[in-house]
Amino acid sequence: MIKTINLTKNFGPLAAVKAVNFSVEKGEVFGLLGPNGAGKTTTIRMLTTLTLPSSGTALIAGRDILTDPLSVKKSIGVIPQMLNLDIDLTLAENLEYHGRLHRMDRADRPGRIEELLRFVGLWEKRDLPVEHLSGGMRRRLLIARGLMHRPAVVFMDEPTVGLDPQARRLIWGLIDDLKRSGITILLTTHYIEEADELCDRVAIMRQGKIMTIGAPEDLKAVSGRYVLECLGRHDVPRQFLHSRDEALDAGKAMGCDVVVRDVTLEDVFIELTGERIDA
Amino acid sequence: MNFYPIFWKDMLLIRKKPWKFLASSMVTPILYLVTFGWGLGRGMSMAGGTYLDFILPGLLALSAMNNSFGPVSTSVNVSKLYTKTIEEVLVSPVGPWSIALGRALSGMVRGLFSAFLLLIVGLASGVNMTLSPYILLVLGLTAFCFASAGVAAAMIAKSHEDMSNFNSFVIIPMSFLAGTFFSPDKLPEPFRSAILVYPLTHASMLLRALAGGREPDALSVIILAAYAVFFFYLAGRMVRRIA
Repeated sequence: MIKTINLTKNFGPLAAVKAVNFSVEKGEVFGLLGPNGAGKTTTIRMLTTLTLPSSGTALIAGRDILTDPLSVKKSIGVIPQMLNLDIDLTLAENLEYHGRLHRMDRADRPGRIEELLRFVGLWEKRDLPVEHLSGGMRRRLLIARGLMHRPAVVFMDEPTVGLDPQARRLIWGLIDDLKRSGITILLTTHYIEEADELCDRVAIMRQGKIMTIGAPEDLKAVSGRYVLECLGRHDVPRQFLHSRDEALDAGKAMGCDVVVRDVTLEDVFIELTGERIDA
Repeated sequence: MNFYPIFWKDMLLIRKKPWKFLASSMVTPILYLVTFGWGLGRGMSMAGGTYLDFILPGLLALSAMNNSFGPVSTSVNVSKLYTKTIEEVLVSPVGPWSIALGRALSGMVRGLFSAFLLLIVGLASGVNMTLSPYILLVLGLTAFCFASAGVAAAMIAKSHEDMSNFNSFVIIPMSFLAGTFFSPDKLPEPFRSAILVYPLTHASMLLRALAGGREPDALSVIILAAYAVFFFYLAGRMVRRIA
């Protein structure tokens, strides 16, 4: 459903995205994981036709973003990082406006609005102006808006940024439901847990480049499923091991208090780059 | 063209806050009417009538300009730079010309509405003028011209300060110099020719001729229409550039 071909974006002398190549299959949830400034948002903006690539291109549902942007726009739903809702309009009016922009049938719109507002748990608030909603509710409304015209591919840019843990879990539940419905999703995130929880495959990005791509479990299995760390000793390098027993045995030889924990995508990122993802 | 959703949303916003819209449409023109018509202009006569008779057609043009250019440019500028609501439209299948047309038409409605209200106030104040459907056409053309200019300016502006500068260096001088408060014939050359560059001058001249029961100058119609076409073209091009 998505295929990028040497997708590149330069802002003057700054190379924001460097010849990125990846594919996303139908029904897959694919994550771009990386720290701020890695090029995730620029990539998503190019894929959603908001930013013109400097070179390279991408195909969305078989349509080229450069030569056929109108067809691309018809097949995508965009859930941006910024809460760009019309705050003077009610929830239902925001969705109605979106449906009109996408030329949805007049008869189809009311039912779809109800279906989506119920899906995101905001049906009871349908006649309230958006300005009265909390940040978490606005983000749920953005998800409903992005799905209004039944897109084949949905792009979510940092879908839970700035939300409290409870609101984040709620959004994760919605994305999980979407995943089960078979929709193709590309999301960007800098939250390790989010990528791990939601994505079928993850591309780890840093400084405009893709460092690696794979299923979270596969990426974590490369160096070992367990991490052995010396408590309070940052000078002792962490060890990656394939079994807990192996880790405990190795810990005895370290001569310090140790902790053995499951490997995370952050460990994978550190292994690849030598930096923390939130650095 | 799928311009209607853009127009629909702007009309919906007006319907939600009618008093705010009414008040903001009326304040400036009524201030001008009170200051220059009833205050400064009391007892003055122009072209065989009162100064109020003279100034009202100019104020109608001014009101159409201010209430089409101002709200449209501010709204587009804010949606582009701050709220990013324009991005919802840019990722939809609505084309740049439809976006420009939807915005320009909603600005035209605002400009027409405020001019219409001012006309009612002016007539109620005893202003003598000949009413003709052509007045509505000229006001519509004026409002469309400046609403399109508002879309183009907001798309070109890179900051709120740019918009403010455009107002300070283009719109405000035009408000005072384009024959709203005086007849361009009174000015010496080259100033007379210079102010004929402004589209508002031609709007004022056309409305003044129609209000006085005279035949409007065809050249002014052509110039005003040419400006409307040019500004709309520019607006469409500028939207296309960011889309």
